[in-house]
Amino acid sequence: MEFGDFGGRYVPEVLIPPLEELESMYGKIKHNKGFCSELEYYLNTYAGRPTPLYFAKNLTDKVGGARIYLKREDLLHGGAHKINNGIGQALIAKMMGKDRLIAETGAGQHGVATAMAGALFGMRTEVYMGSKDVDRQSTNVFKMMLLGAKINVVNNGSCTLKDAINEAMRDWVSSFENTHYLVGSVVGPRPYPEIVRDLQIVIGKETKKQMKELCGGVPDCIVACVGGGSNAIGMFYPFLDDGIRLIGVEAAGKGVETGKHSSTLGAGEKGVLHGMLSYFLQDNEGQIAGTHSISAGLDYPGVGPEHAYLKDEKKVEYVGVTDDDALHAFSCLSKTEGIIPALESSHALAYAMDVAKGMDNDENVVVNLSGRGDKDLGIVKEALQCSKLQL
Amino acid sequence: MFKAPALISFITAGDPSTDATLRFMKVLDGYADVIELGIPFSDPVADGKAIQGANYRALESKTTVDSIFDIVRKFRKSSDTPIVLMTYYNIIYRRGVEKFMQDARDAGADGVISVDLPFDEAGDYQLICDSYGIKPIFMVAPNTADNRLKKIDDSGCAFIYLVSHYGITGMQDDVQEIAFEALHKTKSLCKNQLAVGFGISRSEHVKKLVGAGADAVIVGSALVKIIEEFGEDADEKLEDKIKELREGLR
Repeated sequence: MEFGDFGGRYVPEVLIPPLEELESMYGKIKHNKGFCSELEYYLNTYAGRPTPLYFAKNLTDKVGGARIYLKREDLLHGGAHKINNGIGQALIAKMMGKDRLIAETGAGQHGVATAMAGALFGMRTEVYMGSKDVDRQSTNVFKMMLLGAKINVVNNGSCTLKDAINEAMRDWVSSFENTHYLVGSVVGPRPYPEIVRDLQIVIGKETKKQMKELCGGVPDCIVACVGGGSNAIGMFYPFLDDGIRLIGVEAAGKGVETGKHSSTLGAGEKGVLHGMLSYFLQDNEGQIAGTHSISAGLDYPGVGPEHAYLKDEKKVEYVGVTDDDALHAFSCLSKTEGIIPALESSHALAYAMDVAKGMDNDENVVVNLSGRGDKDLGIVKEALQCSKLQL
Repeated sequence: MFKAPALISFITAGDPSTDATLRFMKVLDGYADVIELGIPFSDPVADGKAIQGANYRALESKTTVDSIFDIVRKFRKSSDTPIVLMTYYNIIYRRGVEKFMQDARDAGADGVISVDLPFDEAGDYQLICDSYGIKPIFMVAPNTADNRLKKIDDSGCAFIYLVSHYGITGMQDDVQEIAFEALHKTKSLCKNQLAVGFGISRSEHVKKLVGAGADAVIVGSALVKIIEEFGEDADEKLEDKIKELREGLR
């Protein structure tokens, strides 16, 4: 499965056999009844699926325009959509006979999901996390430790998600015989983008069914945030052929014009990193650029190859939302609905509010509320102190 | 590209400066049969701490691809020793494979290794290499399947680069058993010359591998470590080290 020119398997030769093993195993089990029912069992009884699709009436009234629905992935065990992928891949790893999981994490949500899956299935778990992210997401670091995972702090390069992936890949090169690299987003070499997407499609499938029940059809517009892009692809995928507006929201940080942002699809160029051909923020020499976002989960200079493809095919619009606008949406949802969203999801929310304002009040917008904001309270507090923003 | 048994030296270009790199190449030239020159990349995933550090230092000193072609051009004025450029694929992709190979040829480089470009992603790349007379070199590992090895062997590469163990670059106390197993297997399946790299840092390692049938041995981290320690003044220590490694070929 390739995504036009994008995707591929750009890795050192030593990783070809483990990737082939994973691809072949996944090909065998993805439609296997035993695997699917075991996955469903854990998603329903352990993770908390299906998640509600909530009509945010107060927010809708405040914005004035289209009806805004929230897909409540924030209510999942662990606080984000990441558990869908964590449990799925851990089950695959178990079937391959691996007894150790490694993962990279930015905001820590994927690390937490992996640590939970590791604890659940009795697998040793090590999580790589950039030192900058360790500092700004310390609650999640402690959570992972409580769950029995070992945290490897990465002090290289930009000390964020990109560098955590580098270090996890370095681990895997020597540990693949007993270790599964549980990639956290729709990034990396084939078959990861496909596996992670398939495991996240449950978000879109449920939403489609729920919208039909609630409104008798598909929504007019769906908005999701994009770092690597797993929650967005999982949400968009079942709607790709429905002719509705799909919007992926990247982190515009302090503004794309300042250079301090993570808008890969907005400002990146084609390149090759982390096993895939995709868009990357980079200089003219091909050196990967430093990024900035208030949300650690979006602070990545690349993006999943399928998003690159969907952008070029014009199937999905990709836009940017700044730190400040995300903070505003964070505060607004907390106040109007009593729901504290993750900073990542706040980017999607901010854009959705903008879009909804310009739509008719018989139209529907769905926002994928991919995670909850507990992990972000420290950052938000600091940001509010440093800026002129009011709570 | 070389007469076996051979010694291949690796250093990262621009660490600590492009002037130093040119000097270091001239020092190594007396003892190494092929000079591998690393083009630094911001995210060297196949490299251990030593070569990661070299990459960061080279980028810190504002090393560009153009400045590296310049080093090659200057070196070529006084030596015919083959030069192999080693980097990550994004550097080549970003410049444009065609332009990269053309500039590499014009500068006087002989071969190119893209660490994260496996053979089966490299169709067009190989054609372009061919058209500019730049020899592509592919890496193989102890776990590379036999049918893949044969395809790589038939690809028209200058030599086969065998990664000696499951891991990243960096000095090891000894050559692991798996290196010898892989060496025997690869040797029996491939007609091209075979160079073994990763984790080799002492003359006794060189001796053991050459004794086991390696056509060449590649040493990188051990040299880079010296540059890390002595910086601009590493010339003499580098010479001592490469001399010592050369002893292993006897």
